[in-house]
Amino acid sequence: MLTRLLDQNRRPLTFVVDEEEITAKQGDTLLTAMLAAGLGHVRHSEFGDGDRAGFCWMGACQDCWVIVEGRGTSRACTTLVEPGMRVLRR
Amino acid sequence: MKVAVVGAGPAGVRAVEQLVRAGLEPTWLEESPDGGGRIYQRPPAGFRRGYRAIYGADAGRARRLHATLEALKPRCDWRPDTLVWNIRTRERLLDTQTAGRRRDTLAYDALILCTGAMDRILPIPGWTLPGVTTLGGAQIALKAQGVGIGARPVFIGTGPLLVLAALQYAKAGAPPALVLDTTSFLTKAMAAAGLLWNLPTFLRGLRYTAALRMKGVAVAEDATPIAIEGEGKVMALRWRDSGWREHVTPCDAVAMGWGLKPEAQLADLAGVPFRFDATGHNWLPERDAAGRTPVPGVYLAGDGAGIGGAEVAELAGARAALALLEDHALPADLALRAHLDGRLRTEARFRAALERAFPYPAHLARRMEDATLLCRCEAITAGELRAVARYGGSEANRAKALSRVGMGRCQGRVCGPPAAEVLAAALGVPVEQVGRLRGQPPVKPIPLPGAA
Repeated sequence: MLTRLLDQNRRPLTFVVDEEEITAKQGDTLLTAMLAAGLGHVRHSEFGDGDRAGFCWMGACQDCWVIVEGRGTSRACTTLVEPGMRVLRR
Repeated sequence: MKVAVVGAGPAGVRAVEQLVRAGLEPTWLEESPDGGGRIYQRPPAGFRRGYRAIYGADAGRARRLHATLEALKPRCDWRPDTLVWNIRTRERLLDTQTAGRRRDTLAYDALILCTGAMDRILPIPGWTLPGVTTLGGAQIALKAQGVGIGARPVFIGTGPLLVLAALQYAKAGAPPALVLDTTSFLTKAMAAAGLLWNLPTFLRGLRYTAALRMKGVAVAEDATPIAIEGEGKVMALRWRDSGWREHVTPCDAVAMGWGLKPEAQLADLAGVPFRFDATGHNWLPERDAAGRTPVPGVYLAGDGAGIGGAEVAELAGARAALALLEDHALPADLALRAHLDGRLRTEARFRAALERAFPYPAHLARRMEDATLLCRCEAITAGELRAVARYGGSEANRAKALSRVGMGRCQGRVCGPPAAEVLAAALGVPVEQVGRLRGQPPVKPIPLPGAA
């Protein structure tokens, strides 16, 4: 499981994933925040072969797509968390 | 003259530096919100660790690159968070998208593409489980987010990044349960003479491996990954050692990568022809030693033009800019040109030895089990690709049309190389004969106009 290791003394902030309030830290990407909070995955494969939690962490594989309210489909690995952000997992 | 530079990693920074020196004001497009590239990626605002803690032995290099980047931003048309999603090469136009929505079209007279690289992958059962990342991804997680992909990860693959990333995790407090290198010691030893072309880098590699073993991390060479096990998360790696004994190593994450492949989709759209490089086992856009392509006005530098690493990318970026200046009768630093040509020649020899020392395990891709998920976007198995090989899918793009392998959201970035091996093996031909997946605009998914 994703583990916070270094430089984690940052300002906390909260955002919402699927109606659930999640605590993150300033500078977290959505991918970091969701996985570090123990959500386990960020999307389901459209083909029914299981949950996904990103892969490349650099905006190439497109396997960490989430829906961000007001922005639409976004890559969790390249989107920084903002206070009050609302995210849907598909 | 309108010059555009795509990418603000090491190659892009050094290219723009030379263009600005010559009095130009290039448009500089970077897909990320910040420059630096992946190797010198900076954490977002809020992180406090210093250069030494983040970049280790590369701290000085990172600091200098970032300083140049910041000095250049006000001296050009700096456009971060901007994806170049198409190149209309005949009209010399770039189609861009900024901040995920704002569209623009940009005219250019000359173009330098510094588009970087990503990890080269070998699919094995379980590789789509949450907790499995690329080696580069595992490194970015630690460097730019201060997180580990797991508390007890396993690193599999080959190449300099395998040992480096594993050591960084060990130092950060998440010691790898295993480092599995698919390359044998003998293969590496046979390339040792060539590696002397860059003695400091070669010695650094040896030091990292020694440090890893000193920290008690198990390193298995000439080993074969069999499967990543777990339900909804990573629980263990099943693997075989060089003596064909099977092991199960419990772990909570897996990072995988077998060297790098160029992100050359834009060069493809620009009309640059490609050739198969047998040494690096990659399709590369054609360019001369300075970075000129057969397409007038288009130049390439850095890992997107052929894998060389961050140090070479800096040299190549500057060199491509000098070529552009010369070709357009603008003042170019001739002493610098001679220096760069010498360095690039030496580094090319080192790189060739490095590729021989850490080969892509094509044999493992070729005998991938039928049930293994090959294309993670479309969830297509190796067996499904083999089936279309029998029905006329004798070329990568034809096989893509028939099987959907490489047709998904990543457009074959991830599955392209292993899929080519599977297809070639099914057809009984050399891998270069099945060709490569053609780039298609948009090079990355973009929202439809008018859609939310």
